[in-house]
Amino acid sequence: MTVLSARALLEVRGLRTWFPVRRGVLQRVASHIRAVDGVDLTLHAGETLALVGESGCGKTTVGRSILRLNEPSAGSIWFEGTDLTLLSDAEFKAYRRKIQVVMQDPGAALDPRMTVRDIIAEGMESFGIGGSATERTDLVAQMMRKVSLDPETMWRYPHEFSGGQRQRISIARALAVDPALLICDEATSALDVSIQAQILNLLAELQRAQNLTYLFITHDLGVVRYFATRVAVMYLGRIVETGTTERIFTAPQHPYTQALLASVPSLDPDKRSDTKPIVLGDIPSPEHPPSGCHYHPRCQQRRDVCDRIDPPVVPLADGICRCVLAVPESGRSPTPELQP
Amino acid sequence: MTSAAKADAPLLEVANLTISFPGDVGLVPVVEGIGFSIARGETLAIVGESGSGKSLSALALMRLVPRPGRIAPESRVRFEGEDILGLPVPAMRAVRGAKIAMIFQEPMTSLNPVVTVGAQVVEAITLHESLSRQEARARALEMFKLVGIPDADKRLDVYPHQLSGGLKQRVMIAMALAMRPKLLLADEPTTALDATIRAQILAVIRDVAARTGTAVLIITHDFGVVNEVADRVAVMYAGQIVEEGTRHEMLRHPKHPYTQGLLRSIPRPEARGGKLEEIKGVVPRPGQWPKGCRFHTRCAFAYDRCVAEAPRRTAVTATQGVWCHFAEEGRSP
Repeated sequence: MTVLSARALLEVRGLRTWFPVRRGVLQRVASHIRAVDGVDLTLHAGETLALVGESGCGKTTVGRSILRLNEPSAGSIWFEGTDLTLLSDAEFKAYRRKIQVVMQDPGAALDPRMTVRDIIAEGMESFGIGGSATERTDLVAQMMRKVSLDPETMWRYPHEFSGGQRQRISIARALAVDPALLICDEATSALDVSIQAQILNLLAELQRAQNLTYLFITHDLGVVRYFATRVAVMYLGRIVETGTTERIFTAPQHPYTQALLASVPSLDPDKRSDTKPIVLGDIPSPEHPPSGCHYHPRCQQRRDVCDRIDPPVVPLADGICRCVLAVPESGRSPTPELQP
Repeated sequence: MTSAAKADAPLLEVANLTISFPGDVGLVPVVEGIGFSIARGETLAIVGESGSGKSLSALALMRLVPRPGRIAPESRVRFEGEDILGLPVPAMRAVRGAKIAMIFQEPMTSLNPVVTVGAQVVEAITLHESLSRQEARARALEMFKLVGIPDADKRLDVYPHQLSGGLKQRVMIAMALAMRPKLLLADEPTTALDATIRAQILAVIRDVAARTGTAVLIITHDFGVVNEVADRVAVMYAGQIVEEGTRHEMLRHPKHPYTQGLLRSIPRPEARGGKLEEIKGVVPRPGQWPKGCRFHTRCAFAYDRCVAEAPRRTAVTATQGVWCHFAEEGRSP
């Protein structure tokens, strides 16, 4: 029996989402892509948890699994005390209202044949919010004002709006059904930097005003450091480190977190990265993750055991680190002989 | 032109470059009257948001502006002193690839999926130089090693889909450098790559440019990339260059309100907990560019003159120039 943290809005425990790889004439399942392979996450109400990692690490699949857009293979997803993985589709629908999503490409996420009014009202209709169509139109106008869009434009179509405005429409649509959790999957990645600033400011304002909780899935560490309360770093299907934003950025423990931070280009003209360590090689395929610690082939601090043993989950004061070199909260190393 | 004058001249000189597309009412300029130069071995970054015209400007240097776009007749692009916009097509084909090479954001769109990457590089070399296949293969191998492709000799014989995004971009750079061009055009070469891979590729570009003396024009929206590779920077807004200067000048002492706004809207650690500086509004589309200074509709400092009159270049230092009325009047915004 898992002991759940107090006041957690969302708890993901042992989440595994594998995709079968079929091969040959008979299309037998030859192997699995272990997109998400045993992930634990906790989100408290009103906070922003950033889930960061490079392509193929499984961060998007975690978000999609919480929304049940990808069916989890194992594990549990507790939301306000209910395990979402055990619910029927009909039962899940009630929760789906409380968990909304804003995706990367605001162009692709909006139906080009629907007016902005209908896009924003669609969710309200399906969840029975607003008594009549007129009432919903009023609510749509309210939502549009909230995200700084002119309600006069509600009868227009998505293509008549800029990228930043379309992302505002996506946010208005998500907020229209009064969610508790917003999953933002690379929500600002496709936007120009001046527009990204507008959207980040909007998300911060909305969070303060409505005590919204964000799962912020991104590869952009600059955005994370500015925006997140806590950070979870993923590598090839697993969380390798979690902690407060402050600690992750000032004292990262996992060699991968360290490498990821070192790869962020500096904006200081006196600090080019000429001397910074650069991670070696490529990200392996999640279909054939390396043995032991998935990161060991690229790790510059690897020890002899790293290709053989699964690294222990080492508890830290503000999170965990999955590495034999991690120094736990108690100060005692789980594998003392490996300390440098 | 004497050979001495040729050696002194910049490698590339662009003047009055205008690129237009037919619109509802005549030609709509997308790039208007821009000028810049690149010295031998120098790396210039052109920075801008989407719609600024930065990618088209790079394509124009290769005469690859997509139809129905056209380069205006008064535009001048001199490469090694020669006006390449006036070259006959076969002569231009010889410049393209051999003297000026280009890499793009998506390496997959430029690689043939059914030919091994080694064969593609060999083909590119033999197209421009009379080398035997063995000699061309040796050159390809040398280039693969130069850009840091591990197991380079084995990697010559694989197909593009067998390579990761980072390795494909290295192959593209190797192919671009195989003809030993004088100028490498790189359009958002790391935008599609992950952080750790991006850092590797930027290091490759910087390292290879330094070792081979190749000049680089990099097109990017990312000031982090600028800081990693550029010697000089030009910022574009609505089809024009609004500020230019050395990397240090532009990152430390930007003078144009747009450059300043762009740099301040990047989420930085110091900004944590506070509001990010926004540039209000959106980038105006071609055909809807405001009169006067094109940035005035979004500029917090705009006054009457900005609405009425287009600013001219004001020299801030010997290397930094800005198109802004404030600088022209000796004030700072």
